Amino acid sequence: MAKTTRGFVGGRTPDRDGRLPPGQYDVGDEWPVLTAEVTPRLDTTRWTFTVEGLVDRPMTWTWDEIHALPGSVYSGDIHCVTTWSKRDVTFGGVSVDTLLDIARPLPAASHVLAFCHTGYTTNLPLADVTSGQAWVAWDHDGRPLPVEHGGPARLLVPHLYFWKSAKWVAGLRLVDHDEPGFWERNGYHNHGDPWLEQRYDGD
Amino acid sequence: MAIPGSSSATTVTEPAGRAPAALTPAGPMPWQTARVVAIRRETARAKTFRLALPGPSLHRAGQHYVVRLTAPDGYTASRSYSVASAPDGSPEFELTVERLEGGEVSTFLHDVVEAGDELEVRGPIGKWFVWDGGIPAILVGGGSGVVPLMSMLRLARATPRSPLVRMVASVRRPGDLYYADELLGPETTVVYTREAPNGPGRPVGRLTADDLARIVRPDAWAYVCGSSGFADHASHLLVELGLPIGQIRVERFGATA
Repeated sequence: MAKTTRGFVGGRTPDRDGRLPPGQYDVGDEWPVLTAEVTPRLDTTRWTFTVEGLVDRPMTWTWDEIHALPGSVYSGDIHCVTTWSKRDVTFGGVSVDTLLDIARPLPAASHVLAFCHTGYTTNLPLADVTSGQAWVAWDHDGRPLPVEHGGPARLLVPHLYFWKSAKWVAGLRLVDHDEPGFWERNGYHNHGDPWLEQRYDGD
Repeated sequence: MAIPGSSSATTVTEPAGRAPAALTPAGPMPWQTARVVAIRRETARAKTFRLALPGPSLHRAGQHYVVRLTAPDGYTASRSYSVASAPDGSPEFELTVERLEGGEVSTFLHDVVEAGDELEVRGPIGKWFVWDGGIPAILVGGGSGVVPLMSMLRLARATPRSPLVRMVASVRRPGDLYYADELLGPETTVVYTREAPNGPGRPVGRLTADDLARIVRPDAWAYVCGSSGFADHASHLLVELGLPIGQIRVERFGATA
């Protein structure tokens, strides 16, 4: 049990309907930008997305090719480890399921390492990016995803803290072991479930 | 000010000294009770809180702590704040906090907290935006973004490593400069974007490549901290000046209140 802070009453952002994970606050209409690297300038005419590693058919899609796949939309909440949550966000893109159905993971594949055009990486169990839980997203509220939020396309894994939703994503590598990504090597939790407050290494 | 945490960083060869990755850490980092030993005003909107832990603060320059406020009904609010003081092995460390209108935690810290109060903290956190000395460092801060860079500058000044560090701080007006009595020195430059002190000096205006050209060296790591717009602007100037993109570390402050 946390120790009461003298004079603090709080309660400015009551959790109206149980949708705020523990320790989070509702950021409202804002959408903070938090990144650790130089924002890249990516040209969609040269952009690609790759699925490689332990798959039957390694694939690389161009911008036009990936847009030709069946689309998918996520509408719901997102949660940043820095304690803000944003409600009712809509992203459009393609489901990771669709990409994996084409590439066909081999039975040995247990994890994915998402890698980005900038070099950023993040690791996820395969089970966290399948069954309708993950997207490659390029639209936000019906408009192109702004570059500061990961445009032209980012990974979207909204049931985990948002550092797992890698900006400027370039592909997924399927592997047979867990391998920590960028923030996972730099003090943050390996899995990042907001409902379990898996914020930092050791939580 | 408040911190990183969410997505993305550069590929990059890690500098020496980074702890190896651990998939099975020992356990959660504990909350500790810190006593507020002093509060100092930096600017009209910023205060520095000097906190004392039960044991030494093990922070590295550039890291942050989480501060948690708890109401009698159990409601909590937590935010991250960068450490401004140098790592010195003492139990005391300093957080500089900008008061953000409507910010639940920053307004409480500014308006209610007094010396002698206790605050729960957790940290230090972050192993990316850190400088331990040894490599040349270019520090580029906008507004409150100077806070983690001040820890690096203070570390440098406390050791023979001082020549390795160069800083450019960008502020709108003279009254917005944190640590004004201490920050200025032979290794620092202040850029005023709206209003400059009287006297000769650089004309007011946005940070330019010329401002950074004098401090860039090809073997340096750059640490850029500020608003998202400032961080983008400054980091792209560094790239234009030829600094390899993998040597630029960025920390952006979102609107964490």
